[in-house]
Amino acid sequence: MYWDRDIETMERSALQRLQCERLAATLERAARAPYYRRLLEKTGVADVREPGDISRLPFTTKAELRNEFPYGFLAVPLTDVVRLHSSSGTTGNPTVIYHTKADIIAWQDLVARCMYMAGMRSSDVFQNIMGYGLFTGGLGFHYGAEKLGAMTIPVGPGNSKRQIWFMREFKTTAMHILPSYAMRLATHVKEMGLDPRTDLSVRMAFVGAEPHTEETRRRIEETWNIRAFNSYGLSEMCGPGVAFECPEQSGMHIWEDSFLAEIVEPDTGAPVPDGECGELVLTTLTRTGTPLLRYRTRDLTRIIPGPCPCGRTHRRIDRIRGRSDDMMIINGVNIFPLQVEQTLMRIPGIGSNYLIEIHEENFMDRLHVSVEMAADSFQGTLSQLEGLQSRVLAALRDETGVTPVVKLLEAGSLPAAEGKAVRVVDRRAQSGKGC
Amino acid sequence: MSVKQISVFLENKKGRLAEVAKTLSHEKINIRALSLADTADFGVLRIIVDNPDRSLTVLKTHGFVAQVTEVIAVEVEDRPGGLSRILEVLDQDNVNVEYMYAYVEKSRENAIVICRIDDRERALQILEKNGIATLSAEALKAL
Ligand SMILES: [Zn+2]
Repeated sequence: MYWDRDIETMERSALQRLQCERLAATLERAARAPYYRRLLEKTGVADVREPGDISRLPFTTKAELRNEFPYGFLAVPLTDVVRLHSSSGTTGNPTVIYHTKADIIAWQDLVARCMYMAGMRSSDVFQNIMGYGLFTGGLGFHYGAEKLGAMTIPVGPGNSKRQIWFMREFKTTAMHILPSYAMRLATHVKEMGLDPRTDLSVRMAFVGAEPHTEETRRRIEETWNIRAFNSYGLSEMCGPGVAFECPEQSGMHIWEDSFLAEIVEPDTGAPVPDGECGELVLTTLTRTGTPLLRYRTRDLTRIIPGPCPCGRTHRRIDRIRGRSDDMMIINGVNIFPLQVEQTLMRIPGIGSNYLIEIHEENFMDRLHVSVEMAADSFQGTLSQLEGLQSRVLAALRDETGVTPVVKLLEAGSLPAAEGKAVRVVDRRAQSGKGC
Repeated sequence: MSVKQISVFLENKKGRLAEVAKTLSHEKINIRALSLADTADFGVLRIIVDNPDRSLTVLKTHGFVAQVTEVIAVEVEDRPGGLSRILEVLDQDNVNVEYMYAYVEKSRENAIVICRIDDRERALQILEKNGIATLSAEALKAL
């Protein structure tokens, strides 16, 4: 049941002692990176007595990672580095994370722990439908699954026919997939005359890399007749393996032996009590190549108070509610893209793909929501379509307080994303920014 | 007797209708009759084809949202008053016609009217009682 019983069920007090030791070691290591050496000389961190002592340090943000390109955060000699992962830097410098051999081994072990916790075993056949390369999702799960001992099919994303071929030929039982692609792939399975619920052997999926709602997860589970587990990670930490759902499926255990988690108020940086929503801030506790202190993830979540029935003592974070920087402001009203998703996924007959566009019309913001209809819900009448369109409009208006323009699309007509699905496009002249 | 019509959901996007026609013609499926109902944003294309089951499979594998709708096909004399008699008969018994469209087969004197009626069974009885013949799928195909 546990991949690493001692760590996963460690008493809270012992876990906190471990965190302190590792935090002290992390500070020492971090001081070897040029950026943190300068910072720590200024602020001077003496001894760490409790994990909360970290709050005496300033935050690290993505901007600093960019500004210090390429080696400002590197804490070991380059000869000790065995791999780098980097964000796609289309504007400005990319963010680069360097991994030593020890970092890679620790990361593999964390991902194996996650998959084992969800119920994957070495007898499973694991199909990794995620991008390999600089993106951490593919390689992270790949090495985790190998470490666990499951036969791993490194197929990567896209090419639905090939995905289904592998699933059938090798009786895939577990897959790692983007939530948006999980729904699209099911459609392709049906188009081939197969029932994803009964004609395939898939029994579980790991879904992540895109924030998604509980409603979307339930749809994936129903469509495939599988259990889907939410995965949380970010390339600045390691990638996947930071937090993961256990069989209880109520929140993701954040591995506190490897990460020190804080939840802060996004605007002020002040700590937020357990149970309340704020921005997740993470400090690496074992990493050697690129230790990061108090890294602002921009991800909004909360600590779920109380112990988990599964027996693991590591605290749980809630499903990511959005990013502090992807909030849309429509004529002064704050809306999160996931609010739109949640609303759409509750309406029967609506497919799982949607696109939010913000236009400027007559000096006013206008929210446009295009949504695909579910292929098998079409009844052949215009009145059904009109009814569906007005139901979507009313539901979105009730949820957001903004009256959108709703467009009903044919199934499969939104561009198929091989990577993360683009859900929001801001077409307003002054902002010029897509979230 | 009722026949199968294929209904296709179409966004109002240039060339979508042509794509349906092309997809079917590639499969050597003949569109016998066609009608389009639309709003500003989307429409429903209704077609009568010589092989409805295969058409549905073909359209779905090409990513169209399509389904089968049971409709009634009636042969109507191609002269004034031919259509109104049918509507009168149905109206007398309060049968509501959701929509209808007609086409003329070149081999025939008469026009074929396709009617979509919710209460299909009752409509069929009424038409039969009034001596108005409906076409079976086979008869329609043979035309
Ligand atoms: Zn648990």
